[in-house]
This record gives sequence, C-alpha cells and structure tokens, in this order.
Amino acid sequence: MAEFNLQCPVPLRAETVQMAHGGGGRIMRDLIESLLLPAFANPALEARHDAALLDLGGTELAFTTDSFVVTPLRFPGGDIGELAVYGTVNDLACCGARPRYLSCALILEEGLALAELEALVGSMRRAAGRCGVVIVTGDTKVVDRGRGDGLYINTAGIGLVPDRRRVGPERVRAGDAILVSGDLGRHGVAVLSVREGLAFESPVVSDCAPVHLLAEGLWDAGIDLHCLRDPTRGGLGAVLNEIALDSGLALEVREQDIPVAAGVAAACELLGLDPLYVACEGRLVAWMPEAQAGAALAALRALPGGEGAAVIGRVLPAGPVPVVLRTVLGTERVLDLPTGEQLPRIC
Amino acid sequence: MRFLEEYRDREAVARLAAALARRVTRPWSLMEVCGGQTHSILRFGLDRLLPPGLRLIHGPGCPVCVTPVAFIDKALAIAGRPGVVFCSFGDMLRVPGSGDDLLRVKSRGGDVRIVYSALDAVQLAARLPDREVVFFAVGFETTAPANALAAKEARRLGLANFSLLVSQVRVPPALELLLATGAARVDGFLAAGHVCAVMGTAEYQDLAARHRVPIVVTGFEPVDLLRGILDCVTQLEEGRAEVANAYERVVAPGGNPTARALIEEVFRPVDRAWRGLGPIPGSGLGLRPEYAGLDAEARFQVADLGGAESPDCRSGEVLLGVLSPPDCPAFGTRCTPEHPLGATMVSNEGACAAHHRYCRPGVRHG
Amino acid sequence: MCLGVPGCILDLGEPPLHYGRVAFGEVVRPVSLALVPGARPGDYVIVHAGTALEVIDQDSAARTWELLARLDPPGEAAP
Repeated sequence: MAEFNLQCPVPLRAETVQMAHGGGGRIMRDLIESLLLPAFANPALEARHDAALLDLGGTELAFTTDSFVVTPLRFPGGDIGELAVYGTVNDLACCGARPRYLSCALILEEGLALAELEALVGSMRRAAGRCGVVIVTGDTKVVDRGRGDGLYINTAGIGLVPDRRRVGPERVRAGDAILVSGDLGRHGVAVLSVREGLAFESPVVSDCAPVHLLAEGLWDAGIDLHCLRDPTRGGLGAVLNEIALDSGLALEVREQDIPVAAGVAAACELLGLDPLYVACEGRLVAWMPEAQAGAALAALRALPGGEGAAVIGRVLPAGPVPVVLRTVLGTERVLDLPTGEQLPRIC
Repeated sequence: MRFLEEYRDREAVARLAAALARRVTRPWSLMEVCGGQTHSILRFGLDRLLPPGLRLIHGPGCPVCVTPVAFIDKALAIAGRPGVVFCSFGDMLRVPGSGDDLLRVKSRGGDVRIVYSALDAVQLAARLPDREVVFFAVGFETTAPANALAAKEARRLGLANFSLLVSQVRVPPALELLLATGAARVDGFLAAGHVCAVMGTAEYQDLAARHRVPIVVTGFEPVDLLRGILDCVTQLEEGRAEVANAYERVVAPGGNPTARALIEEVFRPVDRAWRGLGPIPGSGLGLRPEYAGLDAEARFQVADLGGAESPDCRSGEVLLGVLSPPDCPAFGTRCTPEHPLGATMVSNEGACAAHHRYCRPGVRHG
Repeated sequence: MCLGVPGCILDLGEPPLHYGRVAFGEVVRPVSLALVPGARPGDYVIVHAGTALEVIDQDSAARTWELLARLDPPGEAAP
C-alpha cells in the first residue's frame, strides 16, 4: 500500500534541538520516549495521557500543563491568551476531567507593549470565564529584548474526574467508531497565513475554542467514551497514530468523511500542506462503541462548536499498518506519524 | 476548486482504470520523470489501480533528489556565513550534504528562510539592504522562468545584495542518458506536464523517434495521470512510438514563448552533475555572462567546494530505474528515512523513501 | 518541481512583474502574471511558486472528458 508522507523526515542524528522536536510528530515522540519518560519514570507519566490522573486521598484529579509559544501573538480567530486557557482546559477534558483551576506563568520579553499585555491578559480572563475555570496562581518573568517572541505563556490545570469516567488508549477496542467534532486544519493555516505574510483575502479563522462542553455533552448523552484527544500540533494524523501505537490496534479513516473547510483545503493546496497534519485548537477526536456513534454524532451536532461533527472511521484489530487512509478514490494508503515540522512544499 | 476537483472524480478514475485493464495484454514498464507526479500517485494510491503487469517506475524527476551533494555543501557554506539570509523552497531544507543540512544550519543560528517564490527573495533583499540575500534556485525548467524574472527584477532594482545559487536542470538530456544506458527496461515515458507547459514538446520528438519509445505529456491529477498512462499503454499495444499530449489544457506544442524567451535571456545550457547519475552534458542551466554578477557561487567563492557521495549509496541506479530500492543491500538496514544515505531516501518523492513505506511486512506490495 | 495549482484571475497587475490577484477556491493571492501576457480576468491559470505558468485552455480541457465518454463500449456499465 502506498505511503504518502509530506513531512520532513527525521533530521540526521542531531546534536542540537531542532524545530522538529516540537513538531508533534515522530521526532518529538522519540525525544519524550528516549529522554523525558526515562528521566522522570512513574506510572502516571507512562500512561501517556494528555493529563496525569492522580489519586489524592481518594479524590481523582487530572493535572496537566502546556506552554504556548505561538507567533504572531494574535491571529484570525484568537490570540495566545485564549490559546493558553483553552489548550489546558482541553487537555483536562480529554482525560474526562471537569476543569477547575489554572496556573498562569508569563515570560515577557523586554519591550513588549504593556497595552498589548493588558489586552492579552483580558483575553485570558474572558476565556477562563467562558470555561468556568479560575486562574489561581501564577508567575511573571521578564527576559532581555531579543530573547522571546514578545510573550510566552505556560498554563497548568487541575480538574476533577467524576467516578466511572475512564478514557484512554487502553480502553480503545477493535470495532470502535472514530468521530471528529468539526473541520480540521483551521488553526495551523490561520497562524501560518499571518506568520508567512500570506495575504488571503478571505482569511481562514482559527478554530481556537474550548471543547470541554463537547466532552460533557457526550458524557451527558450516555456515551461510553473510550478515548478523547484534541488534535493540536501534528493534527489529526498525529493523534490517530498516537492512539494506534498506544492501544496496539489499527485505525482506518475515510478521506471523504474527514471534514476540511474549502478555504483550508485551498490554502493547503497552495502551500503544499496536508490538512490531516495541520494543527487544530478547538476540536475533539472521540472513540466509542460503534453502536453509539449515531447518538454521539447527534449530541455533538446539537452543541455550539460541534455542528460540523462527523464519523470518520473505525478501529480495526492490530495490523501491520497503524493507520490506514482510504482515499477519495477508494484506494488505500498509509497515514504515517508526521516525523517533524511540516514544511510547505513546492515540488 | 475548478480544474482541480473534477480531475479527482472517483467515477472518472474508475472508468479510466477499467479501460486500462482492458487495454493491457502484456507487461509494460512506464517511467514518470516528475516529482509532482510521484507525489500525486502516492497521495491518491493510483498505483493500486493499475492492472497487474503494468509497472510505474519513478525516474529522476525529483530536483531535490538530483541536486548534487556538492551543491548542498555550497548552500550550507553560504547559509552559515554571518550576514547572509539564505532563502529556499521548503523541499530543500532537509536534504543532507556531506554531513549537514540546512535545517541544522538554521538550528545553529544560520538565517535560513522558506520562501514560496524567487520573487519573494528579491523583495526581501530590497527590504534588507544590509544583508546578503541568496536564493537557492533549484528545479527543472518549471522554475527557470520565475527565477529568470527574479534575476531581471534584481537587476532592475539595482540590488547589490541579491544572488542566486543556481542548480537548475533540464529533463531531455537526462532522458537521453536513461535511454542510452538502456539498462532499465523502460517501455514508455510520462513527460512532466509543467516542464512541457514551459518548454513545449519539440525536444522529445527526437528522443521518441531515435529510441522508439512513446512519450506522453501528462498532468498531475488522478484523471490526468491515468489518461497519460492509458495513452502510453495504447501506443505500446499498437506498436507506436510518438510524442502525444494528454495535458492539452495546459501544454501547447510550442510551450510558453514568453517564458522560453526569459529563460533564453538569463540562462544558457551548461554541463551539470546529477546526484547519483554523475555529469550529464548540457543538462543544466547556468547564468549568462550578462547576469553572472548575480551568481552566488562566484560571490561567495564556493565554486570549488565539493562533496562526496556516500560510497554505499546507489541512488544513481535507482534514479535510472535500474535498481529497485528494495533490492539495494542498504535498503531498510543502513539506509532508512531516519538515517538516509542518499537523497532518494530523504525526499518525500524519492523512490527509496516511497518504497520504504510500501514494503511493510505483511502489507501487499502495491 | 511541478506543484502547479489552478486559479482564476481576478485582476491584472502593473509592469514589470504584473502582480494580479488570483483566486484559488476561496483563497485569493497575488500572483505574477508576467509569463502570461495575454491573460485576462476570468481566465484560469496554472500557478507555480507564485508565478502563473500558462493559461488553462478551456476548449482543450474538454478533450479529456470527450475521451472519457468514449471509453466504455456501448452497453457495458462503468465499474
């Protein structure tokens, strides 16, 4: 079966950190597996969920952290402040948790306009309000001019996991349906379009949004959710491969069922990008028993942000290929883990 | 998107595939000489639609794959110099030279930037008068007119800080080499549609006649590719060996006269070495003397910089279609996408990288 | 290097680089039309690396579909 991989392959054995180490693909996973996991070794980390599940005296907590280094700080559809809140809220939601508290660490570059900082902090406040979370602690540092892209933000989050909610790759079963909550690739294209000075006249707007209410909607509808992930760096392709690898099963998705907005598709054609690997920031991918797919779809589509939900594929028994894509032509090809940064291609 | 989506129509593709299956009575090997076509075939799984016995060989159509190690080393040397802004298409950033690549130069502080067109690099030079802006001019004849435009624009603006590192190649001499070696059994060719959009089809008449091979100018979308393959196979089954055009909506026999005139004005044929294939006379384009002031090789004195191919890398034979990647002793062992010996394992469209993904244990070979 | 994308010319530009606006589906970008001097708004062009290489000839485009229509022998259903 044909393998189709637009990604930059793993650079030659590198002695220095490469951009690819943060790309959400194979090389980042290798760094985590070979350096970070062994260094900190513990069961919570090794579960490889988006958040750590911790038992504190009988109360189950989810605990996660994320750093936000996006440039530009503002992009069509959002800004780094919103991202910093929604990103951590979403990681908690993907572990079945109800997000409660966030920390916020700011690394400010000397010279950043205070008015800009004020605006972005206001953005964070409003985003936190929308999610029902409280920012309860934080830190502020300043680095010399030229040593930071204006502002970096780290948020850590705590949520409570209600009883009987167990989601993770270990619960995924052959036969499960795979759903996405909406169309893909908006965030990556929106950011790239500003960063690279690509002046699209009808700008692609980031999907930057919290997804915890979508997750709650699925729980409320009685869906036996097996796994949840929010596709960020590396896009849907990275998430599918991670779950395949971590569950030991194979996944099959159908290209024609994967929603991609026309503007995003056109931008990707132009830039030589594959929408399946482009970052989202407000989408959910869910695994559940096949029999519940219809009810799950209905539940998502009734919620704000879930209108574009679709069933995109299913889980297969373990096979030689972790993720198979059935193309629009009906042929099959491998959908590999992106190896590094997706580089726009001309060729 | 018009002129795109209709050429990906599943029913149309299925009908062409069925017609192909009816047309083929014996094994044939067709070579496509364009990275864009390789890419499309892989992306849409088109090889899975071909009848048994019809083989598609990926030829040396990937400019990334055929750029010699020496040129990558020149690029790396220039990109590492302080004050230089090195501009390149994304494709080139990960190709290894003798031991390094542009991405790693970037990680060590080199100002390496991805641009989407040569003209972007010229505009960058105009905006950064204190920096030396260099554009890595790689590609087949498809990119030559835009690079010529960039050279003229830089000249018009009187930019002293812009230069081109030129590694342009021409397709017909490479096809001549392929056919002259005769080692690979190639029965027919799919010619690169956008190269021909620029250059026309005249250069292929002589090749087809002398070597008695059909050459079909083919586009890039699934319907275009299958139509080109069908045209080529039909010729073979009927014993014909002509140049045919299956991409008429874009390719005229005379090509694009404006583009050709620009290429003529700025470039001239030069001898060029191809990675893995060695030197092929007249197979490249170099700047004419009137534009030699824009030559980055001269400006940065890297003309004599050379690099050695890995002695274990047999990508040359792969590019000629003589060696199938899985038959290379280093394939999948000493040479993988993570630790490549040559460009054909690095590039997204390289035949070795493509085969590495095909040949997973237990997966039917497409 | 052949990733050419079809787009529709919205307007023409000024010499020498003739940067006009070209629509690719919903996305509009400036494209140099210097290589296609006869092109007019409403024409479709193949764009590669920020430059229009050639105008798409809509009459010739019909040939592929005519050929397709002739493919199936009469009475044989398409698979």
